[in-house]
Amino acid sequence: MKLTKLFLASTALTAMTAVSVAAEVENLTLVSWGGAYQKSQSRAYSEPYAEMTGMSFNWDESSSEAVAKLRAMSEAGNVTWDLVDVEAADAMRLCDEGLAVEIDPDEDLAAAPDGTPASEDFGDMIVSDCFIPQIVYSTTFGYRTDLVGDTAPSSICDVFDLEAYPGKRALAKKPIGNMEWALMCDGVAKEDIYDVLSTEEGQEKALAKLDTIKAETVWWSAGADTPQLLADGEVVMGSTYNGRLFSVIEEQKQPVAMLWDAQLFDIDGWIIPEGLSEERLAAVKEFLKFATDTQRLADQAKYISYGPARMSSAPLVGKHADLGIDMAPHMPTDPANAQNTLLNNYEFWADYRDDIDAKFQAWLAK
Amino acid sequence: MTDVQMPAGDQAQQDGPMLAADGTTLKRSLARSLRRRKIQALMLIAPLLLFVLLTFVAPIFDMLYRSVENSIVSNTMPRSTTLLKDWDSATGELPGEDVYEAAFYDLFLAKERKDHTKLGTRLNYERTGLSSMFRQSGRGMDKIADAYLDPLKDLDKDWDEAEPWLDLMGDADWVAIAKDARAEEAPNFVPNAEIVTLLPNTVEAYAEFQTFLKEEDPRKRLGREEPWGLVHIALFNDLEQTDVSAYSGPGADRLAEASQLVQSGTVDIPTFAMGFADAHDGWVNIEIWRTIQTYSPKATTGYFLNAVDMKLTPDGAEFRPEKERVYGLLFSRTIYMSLVITFSCILLAYPVAYLLSNLPLRQANLLMILVLLPFWTSLLVRTSAWKVMLQQQGVINEVLVWMGLIADDNRLALINNQLGTIIAMTHILLPFMILPMFSVMSTIPPSYVRAAKSLGANNWTAFWRVYFPQSVPGIGAGSILVFIMAIGYYITPAIVGGNTGTFISNRIAYHISSSLNWGLGAALGAILLAAVLLLYWAYDRIVGIDNVKLGG
Repeated sequence: MKLTKLFLASTALTAMTAVSVAAEVENLTLVSWGGAYQKSQSRAYSEPYAEMTGMSFNWDESSSEAVAKLRAMSEAGNVTWDLVDVEAADAMRLCDEGLAVEIDPDEDLAAAPDGTPASEDFGDMIVSDCFIPQIVYSTTFGYRTDLVGDTAPSSICDVFDLEAYPGKRALAKKPIGNMEWALMCDGVAKEDIYDVLSTEEGQEKALAKLDTIKAETVWWSAGADTPQLLADGEVVMGSTYNGRLFSVIEEQKQPVAMLWDAQLFDIDGWIIPEGLSEERLAAVKEFLKFATDTQRLADQAKYISYGPARMSSAPLVGKHADLGIDMAPHMPTDPANAQNTLLNNYEFWADYRDDIDAKFQAWLAK
Repeated sequence: MTDVQMPAGDQAQQDGPMLAADGTTLKRSLARSLRRRKIQALMLIAPLLLFVLLTFVAPIFDMLYRSVENSIVSNTMPRSTTLLKDWDSATGELPGEDVYEAAFYDLFLAKERKDHTKLGTRLNYERTGLSSMFRQSGRGMDKIADAYLDPLKDLDKDWDEAEPWLDLMGDADWVAIAKDARAEEAPNFVPNAEIVTLLPNTVEAYAEFQTFLKEEDPRKRLGREEPWGLVHIALFNDLEQTDVSAYSGPGADRLAEASQLVQSGTVDIPTFAMGFADAHDGWVNIEIWRTIQTYSPKATTGYFLNAVDMKLTPDGAEFRPEKERVYGLLFSRTIYMSLVITFSCILLAYPVAYLLSNLPLRQANLLMILVLLPFWTSLLVRTSAWKVMLQQQGVINEVLVWMGLIADDNRLALINNQLGTIIAMTHILLPFMILPMFSVMSTIPPSYVRAAKSLGANNWTAFWRVYFPQSVPGIGAGSILVFIMAIGYYITPAIVGGNTGTFISNRIAYHISSSLNWGLGAALGAILLAAVLLLYWAYDRIVGIDNVKLGG
């Protein structure tokens, strides 16, 4: 009885704040990555919300520099963003620097339809107190089906096999991912990778392995590079975000296929910047509750092949909105694709990013 | 002018300075009008000057200042860094318990303000692993404090409640106001007079706690927030020294109980050093303390040393291992490639500028438009176009293969290397060379060359001895422009440079926007700026800056 009352009271309160908020804050500035991904967010989250409440949205495509810009904004005392889409690692950094608001998942986020509280529904995806997970994506390899001969590559180590698969490869111009794959293919067991990588010898071992293909590698810095290189036939295989490969394969119908082996899982989600006024904060949280509920996350998968971060959203994933193909087999989390996966070790990279990056760049420049 | 004695006129019979119409001396009058003009001129440029100062010069200096600024360490850990000054790391012994105690207060407060992770990020630039060490140690500080709270809590749950503390610490009248929920802002803490004499440290810690609460959010109340661990520790210290049996105010029973417990000596409180060791094993690693000690001063040379492939260690500056040296290579590469680009621009631009200045106006205008056209196209578009041209399956390679000049499996590597950067940047910077050259050449009178020829010079001599020297100022201006622009370029090298064609600016951009090591980015930028100024100075000494002309 008491619970019901509490529930009723809180609903009334939420409704009241929603009304008062709508009267005060009329537009929100969302920051994202641009391209097909931002479009999927717009179609799945903000357009329905705008229809419901009359809120209008500005999009800023600055996510790749979000941490630097937020730091600058906070130093200038003028935060102009309301909600920012960042990688989990960046969310951790923003939280560490006190630039993002801490979130109480069960209070600020909607529960699953069956009543499972948000903290359980998201589970391990909540890697930082400030982070509201949204999608699971992976960095994985795509290859040209017409340039790899009769046997298509099936293992991550084929990337390092120049004899069986001659030709150029595209790899990211950063150590994350490359170092792990190099060690894996140098005989290090998956569970030992980070232990090995934390030692000087381990780092050298990884670079030595990468040395074997260095001359045959094109280094990319933007996620769109590899799809372009693959489409042009400049490289035989290359790593990039799985959603980008999906659009090369399914939307542009290029002769490219996925190599899901040892895909590197990563999480992307929202943070609320610190320093918003109370009204804006309330308005943002209201939107956030809507945009990260079970149905909305599942809806996003209609537009792009990234897996929803909520467990309860997975069964709701349907067909692509425009292509009409089943989306589940294209998700990085699909059991057939996820037989061998790595999870980005955020704690490790928070510590070792500067150190290993310095070594990696020095190695690269020589 | 001053000493010039003008011959006396009709009216001025006597010797003396010349007077202006209003009777003042001419000198003063002149000076005044000159000053007025100067002020007028200054007023005219004032808006621009202010704008440039505020939006350009000030931010640059602010940014460059970060290359030495290092107050975060001593600001976040003021107590421990002061004590660490006297710690001799050479003895090989860990700092004493006093340092650990100071570090506890520092980190506890830093954790409450969420500053400890910032410090961790800062120190992680110098020593890998400190980022997670500080992040994890935040929780460890609570654990240290809990060692004091837990025995109290076992005695009476009220020790972990907000209101009983309020009743115990506060003056009775103040408590009544503090509990009034209607007040907009929490009233300043007024301690109970009796308690002040009994528990001075506790009162102080409690007052500090309120200050902190107010700082965080003015609506937070002492009566609703259970005090932080520092209050419990202060209470322990007070109870060890004072006898509270005479006290009879609110909470007297609890206090007496606690006093008994503390004085009985049965409570097992670990040392701060043990607490730290428990929080993270890094705290018992002497190297980590040495790093903190080394980076305690408010200003550091660490960033600049990093920028020249060195490292500030407790034993002084030393070079990084060979495998980690990258900035020296990048600096020399940047300067070398900028020079190559400047020279290829000179070679390509000179004939074009010559043609432009000697063609009839109609054709010259058309050619000029062709020069300017790429100028009006976005930089990214031009760079991406070069990608299409230069790549292995690109236009140039396809044509060469089709013509049979190169084999299909032996295509030229024209991109993702230094060559690609040089080609694309030469093209992009070419207008900056052509335009100053053109504007200088178009002022060279053709009659000079004709005169030389009529005096018997052949074509080459007439060009080399008469025309070329007059065009040098244009080359100088173009070269400075192109070189200085090239040295700071980063978009084009990032797109077409691969791993061997990137510039130092790519690393600066990386440190500013990705790694967020702004100090290192600023140090690299300052070195780059100094290098440009040095080259400019050298150019002035060798060629003379007066010889540079951007036009007639």
